[in-house]
Amino acid sequence: MTTEARGVTKRFGDRVALRDVSFSVGEGELLAVIGPNGAGKTTLLSILAGILRPDEGEVSRPPEEIGWVPQQPAVYSKLTVRENLRLFARLEKVADPDAVVARMLEQTGLADRADDELGTLSGGNRQRVNIAVGLLADPPVLLLDEPSSSLDPRQRERLWEFVDGLAREHGTSVVFTTHNVAEAERWADRVLVLADGEVLFTGAPQALHRDAKRTGVDFETAFVRFLRAQGH
Amino acid sequence: MRWLLVKDLQILRRSKLLVGLLVVYPIAIALLIGIALSRGPDKPRVAFLNQVPIGQTTTNVGGRDVDFTDYADQFFDAIDPLRVRTREEAVDAVESGDALAALIIPPDTVERLNGGLGQAEVEVLYNGDALKQSFVEATIDAELARANAALSRTIGEVAIEDLRILAEGGEIATPLGRQTLLGLKRARDVLERSLARLPADAPERDGLEQVLRFAEQALIGLDFATPALRAVSEPIRVRATVLSGSRTPLDAFAVALAVAVSLLFIAVLLASGVLALEREEQAYGRLVRGLVSRAALLAEKVVLAAACSGLAALAMLCGIGAFTGVDWGRLPLWLVALAAGALGCSALGVAIGALAREVRAASLLGLLVALPLAFLALVPSGAVAGGVHDAITVVNALFPFKPALQALDAAVNGADPGVWGPAAHLLALAAGYGILARVALRRF
Ligand SMILES: Nc1ncnc2c1ncn2[C@@H]1O[C@H](COP(=O)(O)OP(=O)(O)OP(=O)(O)O)[C@@H](O)[C@H]1O
Ligand SMILES: [Mg+2]
Repeated sequence: MTTEARGVTKRFGDRVALRDVSFSVGEGELLAVIGPNGAGKTTLLSILAGILRPDEGEVSRPPEEIGWVPQQPAVYSKLTVRENLRLFARLEKVADPDAVVARMLEQTGLADRADDELGTLSGGNRQRVNIAVGLLADPPVLLLDEPSSSLDPRQRERLWEFVDGLAREHGTSVVFTTHNVAEAERWADRVLVLADGEVLFTGAPQALHRDAKRTGVDFETAFVRFLRAQGH
Repeated sequence: MRWLLVKDLQILRRSKLLVGLLVVYPIAIALLIGIALSRGPDKPRVAFLNQVPIGQTTTNVGGRDVDFTDYADQFFDAIDPLRVRTREEAVDAVESGDALAALIIPPDTVERLNGGLGQAEVEVLYNGDALKQSFVEATIDAELARANAALSRTIGEVAIEDLRILAEGGEIATPLGRQTLLGLKRARDVLERSLARLPADAPERDGLEQVLRFAEQALIGLDFATPALRAVSEPIRVRATVLSGSRTPLDAFAVALAVAVSLLFIAVLLASGVLALEREEQAYGRLVRGLVSRAALLAEKVVLAAACSGLAALAMLCGIGAFTGVDWGRLPLWLVALAAGALGCSALGVAIGALAREVRAASLLGLLVALPLAFLALVPSGAVAGGVHDAITVVNALFPFKPALQALDAAVNGADPGVWGPAAHLLALAAGYGILARVALRRF
């Protein structure tokens, strides 16, 4: 197992954001965390990333070994794309920062905007830089919080192909959240359904889909039906 | 930490408006304080009516000519004169507020001084502006006292000279023209010689011996009178001794104050701003999960703000120094004071940034803290009740502005208690605020 959460509980005051959540991700595996707004997806990823500390339970990997792409772009709007990438490459102490930056500019398709201040980029392009920063250090585990939500279809495709490539070729373990259920079905090896801080289901998307297949509805409808059946 | 510093400098370089404000605002405040402190109030405007006929302004004091207009000239150095021709004009000027007061010299002033018709009198009219009246009064009183003192000194000198002639003999000016006086000493000698020639039982002897005794007693008396008269012409001389602290002249102190204010504002606003910016850009979470420790992040912000504010303050000091002639030999002490002051103020800044968490809240909190600090540090002892003053002393000791001001005053002007005490105080405060900031980062 490359990373694991055991009995993680997180409270914000009286509100329980996560209740006794346990799961693991294997090498080269893509795990999609899906669930309604406020389910606790971001909280779960933040705990895995070492941003938040759980009230109970533990996670297995130190934050330095985990790449993290937060839901809100965590980059400097007054720096250019290249300066942002170079700064984090240096802070991550990657062996050859300039080479890594060049590769990421290539990967994100932002080479022509490299010297523009981030604040002047569109929301989607900013998100591409945000994702690139999380990938700089080639981490063994990658956490992506709604990475595709502001991307256009072509960039979305590029992103998932790249992430899929990381998992297949480098054995990177990937945990991502998304509201695009079809995306989860298409790219994830397994899905984890979270609602009101509790894990309702973990398993292959096909398992969640089985009923749906029989009744001829799509995966999203099946997912909504599943949540409703669970009282959400 | 090096790369974070580079990053913050890049961000600052691109935030021209912010940096401009950060530099211009404290310098503007500093200049205002400096101007207010180094320039006394303006000369009061006083209507002046001289009714003494032209050509009759000299009086003769015991044969010595004293020109009355000499005193008027001195007086005009202390006021802004508004010359009027009649008493009515003088009254109008004061009533309409054109002048704060009017000074009227009646036509018989010189005559009175001349002829001993009693004291000469001048008339002063005030308007009722309470704020300014005491100042005008003080100015006019001081000037009149100076004229009085100068006149009485002249009179005293003339009297001393007359007494000397009375004792030694010589020429003396009287209303009846110059007269030659015999003098007491020579009168005594003449008497002694006459007495020696008289037979022992001569009947005149008794009377002459009485006159001789009188002459001798009078001479002894005059010997005492001369120093007494000298004393009267300037009864009190002021010898000023400053008991604690070396007093810095006000405009030299204003330099230290202006620089300290700039240092405080730039350091606090910059340190709190760049720290809060890390959170506002969401980068804080990314940074502290393994890339840098929280303590190193705080240290980086302190170093950045201290370097920027220290350099700005140094530039200001050199700029002022180029115009006002400061002692460049003290430059190493300046650097010590600026470094310690910048570190103390920057540490306060990161504590504010860590508590406020947002750039705008941090700026507001920074201003809310810095303004009263600058004010409190200037409250003089004796201006407020003892308990309040104790409280102010404690507050001043808990924040870095007062020690920074002391260190700068010591470095620039050589004021007590020297640079090193306040510098150590500042470093202790820097450590304290660093710890406070680190604790505040737990809920950042
Ligand atoms: N810092 C916080 N303080 C208080 N409550 C919080 C905090 N962060 C999250 N919560 C609460 O915890 C719960 C889970 O929030 P979380 O952001 O993890 O949801 P999410 O599944 O990521 O939702 P979304 O799909 O909208 O991103 C929510 O009820 C939220 O209000
Ligand atoms: Mg979320």
